Amino acid sequence: MEANNNHQNISQATTDEIERDEMAFDYLIVGAGPAGLATAIRLKQKNADLTVCVIEKASQPGMHSLAGAVIETAALDELFSDWRQTPPDVWVPVTKDEFSLLSASSKTPLPLPPQQRNHDNVITSLGALVAWLVEKAEALGVEVYAGFPAQQALLDEGRVVGVRTGDMGLDKQGSPKDSFQPGMDLKAKVTVLAEGCRGSVSKQLIKHFSLDKNSQPQTYGIGIKELWQLPPGRVTPGLVQHSIGWPLDTATYGGSFLYHLENDQVAVGFVVGLDYQDPRFSPFEAFQQFKHHPTVKPVLEGGEIVSSGARALVEGGWQSLPTMDAPGVMLIGDAAGTLNVPKIKGVHTALWSGIYAADHLVEQADSAGWDQAFRQSPVAKELYQVRNIRPGFQYGLWRGLLNAAWQTLTRGLVPGVMKHHEDHSALKRLSEMTQRDRQWVERDLPPRDRLASVYFAATEHDEDQPVHLQIADPDICTSRCAQEYGNPCTKFCPANVYEMIETEQGRQLQINAANCVHCKTCDIKDPYQIINWVPPEGGSGPNYRNL
Amino acid sequence: MKVLVGVKRVVDFNTRIQVKSDGSGVQTDGVKFSMNPFDEIAVEEAIRLKEAGLATEVIAVSIGGDKNQDTLRSALAMGADSALLVKTDDEIQPLMAAKILKNLVEQQQPKLVLLGKQAIDDDANQTPQMLAGLLGWPQATFASKLEIDGDTAAVTREVDAGLETLSVDLPAVVSSDLRLNEPRYIKLPDIMKAKRKPLEVIDLADLNIAASASIATLKTSAPPQRQAGIKVESSEALVAELKARNLV
Ligand SMILES: Cc1cc2nc3c(=O)[nH]c(=O)nc-3n(C[C@H](O)[C@H](O)[C@H](O)COP(=O)(O)OP(=O)(O)OC[C@H]3O[C@@H](n4cnc5c(N)ncnc54)[C@H](O)[C@@H]3O)c2cc1C
Ligand code: SF4
Repeated sequence: MEANNNHQNISQATTDEIERDEMAFDYLIVGAGPAGLATAIRLKQKNADLTVCVIEKASQPGMHSLAGAVIETAALDELFSDWRQTPPDVWVPVTKDEFSLLSASSKTPLPLPPQQRNHDNVITSLGALVAWLVEKAEALGVEVYAGFPAQQALLDEGRVVGVRTGDMGLDKQGSPKDSFQPGMDLKAKVTVLAEGCRGSVSKQLIKHFSLDKNSQPQTYGIGIKELWQLPPGRVTPGLVQHSIGWPLDTATYGGSFLYHLENDQVAVGFVVGLDYQDPRFSPFEAFQQFKHHPTVKPVLEGGEIVSSGARALVEGGWQSLPTMDAPGVMLIGDAAGTLNVPKIKGVHTALWSGIYAADHLVEQADSAGWDQAFRQSPVAKELYQVRNIRPGFQYGLWRGLLNAAWQTLTRGLVPGVMKHHEDHSALKRLSEMTQRDRQWVERDLPPRDRLASVYFAATEHDEDQPVHLQIADPDICTSRCAQEYGNPCTKFCPANVYEMIETEQGRQLQINAANCVHCKTCDIKDPYQIINWVPPEGGSGPNYRNL
Repeated sequence: MKVLVGVKRVVDFNTRIQVKSDGSGVQTDGVKFSMNPFDEIAVEEAIRLKEAGLATEVIAVSIGGDKNQDTLRSALAMGADSALLVKTDDEIQPLMAAKILKNLVEQQQPKLVLLGKQAIDDDANQTPQMLAGLLGWPQATFASKLEIDGDTAAVTREVDAGLETLSVDLPAVVSSDLRLNEPRYIKLPDIMKAKRKPLEVIDLADLNIAASASIATLKTSAPPQRQAGIKVESSEALVAELKARNLV
C-alpha cells in the first residue's frame, strides 16, 4: 500500500526516500467529526492513561463540518452528565415540524413521516458542535491536531499500523519548495477512521481489504447549504421545514430543509440523491431554484449569506455498511455509513458508533470483533429497521413514498433487503435523455453563480501545490465523456472546479482545485470513476462559519 | 540577545468580514481567528535569528482575552521559547498596546523588539512607531531584510524608489513587512512540545498602566455594493456610454 499504491499522491512519489518523524499513540483517530471525537472522549473517560490523538484536515476543527443540523441528543447524555447548562454556541430546541410537497407555484402540507418528528431534538450547527466537543476532548487530555490530513495508511505485514500525514510545501509539480515539511508517520495500536462520508483513506482501505465484498454498493447524496442573516422578525426559532417535489422531477430523490435559528438566522439547504440520471442536471442550480419558490423567496429576500458550502452524505444505510474492521483499523460513523436516511440524521449515529467503538477498544484493545459488536448495537437495529425505505425511491417519488409508508407501518419487519446500484452507473448518456425544459426561473437572490458561492465558503488552497483532484485518464474527459455525457463534472461540482476550456490544443479540462470545498461528489459521481480526491496540503479547504 | 515579539489574534485573513447589523463592529461568532500574518513573519524572523546563533531567547507576547493563548501556543510551536499574555477583555488601541509593550520591555530587557508592521484587523500601523517613541529607541519599520551585526542592525525597506537600507543601533524596534520571510509550517511534534513551554498570564490591571482610549469608533459599515457592469458591443458604444455618464 505504501509505495506501489495506485491511489498514492504524486507527492509521495518524489518524497518517498525522505526520513520522516514518527510518533506513536495508543489510539489514533482520523477525522474530528462527531464520530471521531466521541471515540476520543469516551476512551479518555474510561482510561485517562491512554494516549489518544485525533488528526483533522481542516485548518481548525469544525471548519470543514457541514450538516443541517437537527440532531438527537441522547448520545451527548451518555457522554456528559451536566452538559445542558453550557451547550454548543448554536442550540435551538425544535418547536414545530412541517413537511410539504412543492409544485412550481404552490405548497401542499403532507402528513409528517414519523422519522421526521423532531420533538426533543435540537437545531445546531455541526461546526459549533465539533468546536464544543473538541474543547471537551482537550480538557480530558486528547491531543487534537488540526491542519494535518491523513494521506495514506501505513501497513506492516497486512496490518494497519498508523497513517502518514500529508507533505507540506510541495509545488504544483510535486517538488519540494523552500518551506517543504515532510508528512510524518503516526503510529498506533489501532487506527480509527472517522473521516465521514467517502473518506479518502477509508476508500483506500475498503478496497485494499475488500471490506465491501459482502455489502451492497454505498450510495450517496449531495447536500448544499447556506446560512442566512435575515431582516428582523422573519424567523420562528425552532421551526423545522422540509419539502419534497419541485424543483426536482419525480425520478430524482431529494428535498429541501429550512431550519429557523435564533438571532434572525435560517439554515437553508437542499439534498439530491446522487443516483440522479440526467447528466445535464446541476444540484447547485436545483438548490438555487428552490430558494426562488414563491413560498421561500420572501423569507430570504433582503437578507445576506453568512456562510455556504456543500458536502456529500451517505444514503446506503444498513445494506451498504462495509465490514467495519480489518487488522489494526476500525471504520466508524459515516466513514462506514451509519447515517439514518429516512431521518436524514447521521450525527447521533456517528456519536453512538464512536462511543461503541471506544467501549470495544477498552474491552478488547484491538480492532478485531468491532464489526460484530457494532451490528449488535441499538444503532444497528435502528438502521436495520429503515433499510428498505431509501431504495424504494429508485422507482420514482410516488412509489418511493408508498413504499416508505409500508416500510414504516411494518417497522421494517418484512424480511428482505432491497438492493442498491452504484450512483455513477445511474447516469444516462446524453443520447438516452432528451434535454428537459425544467422551467427554471431567472434568479436574483445571491449567490449569482457557483464562484460567488465559493466566496461564502471562504475556501483556500495555496495554488502552488499538487492538484488534489487526480484524473487517472484526462483523455477520457475530452473524448468519450464529452461525447457520451457532456462532462457532467462541470455540472455536479458545486464549486465550479471543473471547466472545459478552449485552448490552442483544443478543448481541455481545467481543474480549479483552489475552489474545492471537499464535498467528494466528483469522486462519487464521475461516470468513469477516474477522479480520485486526495487531501490537499493540510489546513486547505473551506472555512465554514457555523454550518 | 533576547528578542521580544508581539503577536495579535485577529480574524483570519481569509474570512469574509460581516458587519454587525447595528454597525457596532464586525461579527465574530463562529469566525476563524489566527495570528496576524505580519506578526507571524516577525516570529519567524526571531526564530531564524535564534537558529543563526544571533538571538539567545525569543519571547512571544500578546494582549487580549484567554483565547490569545492559542495564538501564543502557535508562536511557541513555531519555536519561541516562552510566552506572556497580558490579559484584558477591553479593546486595545495602538497607544495602549505600545504602553503595555513598553512595560514588558522594561521587565524583560530585550535587545530587539520585532512586531508586525500592522494588524490586518484595524490596519493602524502605529504600535511599533509609538513603542519606539515611548522607549526612546531607534525604529526601522517595514523591514524586508534584517541583518544583525554586533550592536547594530541593518534593515532593508522597500520604498517607492527601490530599496533603502538603514543602520540602527540596538536596542531597537523593527517592524516586519510581507517579504521579510516566509513563515514555516508548524510541525506536529512541535505543537506537542509547545504545550509544555512556559506561558505566563498577567492581568492588565496588575501592570498599573493608566487606560488610554484616544479613538472612538463611531460606526462600522460595509463598503458599498458594486453595481453590475454592462457589456457594450463596440468602441463607439463604449464612448457613448462613458459620455452619457459624464466620465469623458
Ligand atoms: C447537507 C447535510 C445535512 C445534514 N443534516 C443532518 C441533520 O440535520 N442531522 C443529522 O444528524 N445529520 C445530518 N447530516 C449528516 C451528518 O452531517 C453526518 O452523518 C455526520 O456529520 C457524520 O459524522 P462523522 O463524524 O462520521 O463525519 P464528519 O462529520 O464528516 O467528520 C469527518 C471529519 O474528518 C475529517 N477528515 C476527512 N478525511 C480526513 C483525512 N484523511 N485526514 C484528516 N481528517 C479528515 C473531515 O474534515 C471532517 O472534519 C447532514 C449531512 C449533510 C451533508
Ligand atoms: S472538486 Fe469534487 S470535492 Fe471539490 S467541490 Fe467539486 S465536486 Fe466537491
